[in-house]
Amino acid sequence: MNSNGMSLIVKTVTRLTVGFIFVYGIYIVLHGHISPGGGFAGGVIIALSFVNLMLAYGKQELYRRIPKLFLALFETIGAIMFLGIAILGFMSGYFFYDWFVSKGKPFTIFSAGTIPLSNIAIALKVSSGLFAIFLVLVLIRVTGGSKE
Amino acid sequence: MLELNLIMLFVIIAAFIAVEMKDLLSAVVSVAAAGLGLCIIFLILKAPDIAITQLVVEIFLLIILIRATIRKDLPFSTSGRWFFNTVMTVTFLIIFLSVGYFVIKQLPQFGHPLMRVSGYYLSEGLEKTRATNLVTSILLGFRAYDTLGEATVLFTAVISVLAVMRKKGRKKIGEAEDKYEL
Repeated sequence: MNSNGMSLIVKTVTRLTVGFIFVYGIYIVLHGHISPGGGFAGGVIIALSFVNLMLAYGKQELYRRIPKLFLALFETIGAIMFLGIAILGFMSGYFFYDWFVSKGKPFTIFSAGTIPLSNIAIALKVSSGLFAIFLVLVLIRVTGGSKE
Repeated sequence: MLELNLIMLFVIIAAFIAVEMKDLLSAVVSVAAAGLGLCIIFLILKAPDIAITQLVVEIFLLIILIRATIRKDLPFSTSGRWFFNTVMTVTFLIIFLSVGYFVIKQLPQFGHPLMRVSGYYLSEGLEKTRATNLVTSILLGFRAYDTLGEATVLFTAVISVLAVMRKKGRKKIGEAEDKYEL
C-alpha cells in the first residue's frame, strides 16, 4: 500500500460515504435491543468504516486522525465496562443482575435495563480490537524473516 | 424450501471451487460467494441477527484475505501422488457419506421438538428484560455470562495477535523508528 492512497474517485466517494457508514454502525449498536443487530455487528461496521478510510487515503491520513494507543485504550475501556456491568450485579447478589429499578417501556431506546450498556461496551471492544488486528495484519508484512 | 436447497447447493459448489482453484485471488472470491450464500440461508431461516453478523464479518475477512493474497502466489503441487490421493479421497468420501447417512436419519425434524427452556424465553423474555429483540435479550440478559466468556476470548485473541506481530520486540539496530506502534 503506498502512502498516498487510491485515486481521486475513490477518495471522493469515500469522503461522501464514510460518515454514513459510521453513523449506521452506531445506529445498529444503539438499536440492538429493538431491531436485529447488536454490539458485535455494529462494532464490526464501525471498524469497517475506519478500514474504508485507511484503504482510500493511505496510512498517513490515519496517523493524523487516530492518536497513538487510541485503539488499545478503547479496547480496554470496553472490556472493563462489560465486566463492570457484570460485577455491579453483586449489589443484589447475582452476576449480571439488572440493577435498574424501572426498565422502561418496550420499543424505546431507553429501555431493557443493562442490555444497551452491554451492547455499547461490546461495540467499543469489537471495533477497536478488529481494527487493531486489521492494522497489524496489513501494515506489518513478514516475508521470509525480513519485513518490508 | 426449494430455494433453501438451491442456495445450499450453491454454497457447496462455491466451496469446491475455492478449494480446487489454482489462483489464490479467485479462491478468495469463491469463499466470499460461499459466505454470501450462507448469509442468505440465515435470512431464509429467519435469523436476521446472524445474517447481519455473517455478512459484516465476511466483508472484513475478505479485505484482509485479498490484502494478504493479492501479491503472493503460492505454488502448490500434488502431482506424482495421484494414486495415493485418489485412493484416500474415495475412501474418506465413502466413510463420510455412510456415517452421514446414519446420522442424518437419526436427526429429529427441523425445529422439533422445542426445548422447554426456549419456550420459557419466548413467553417470558419480553416481560423480564423489556428488550424487543429476543436474541439480544437471551444473549445479554439470560445468558450474559456466556457472552462475557466470549468477549474474554475475543480480548485474548486481539492481545495475542498484537503480541505476536508487534514491532517493538524485533527491531534491528540501525532501523528508523516508526511513529505508529501498537
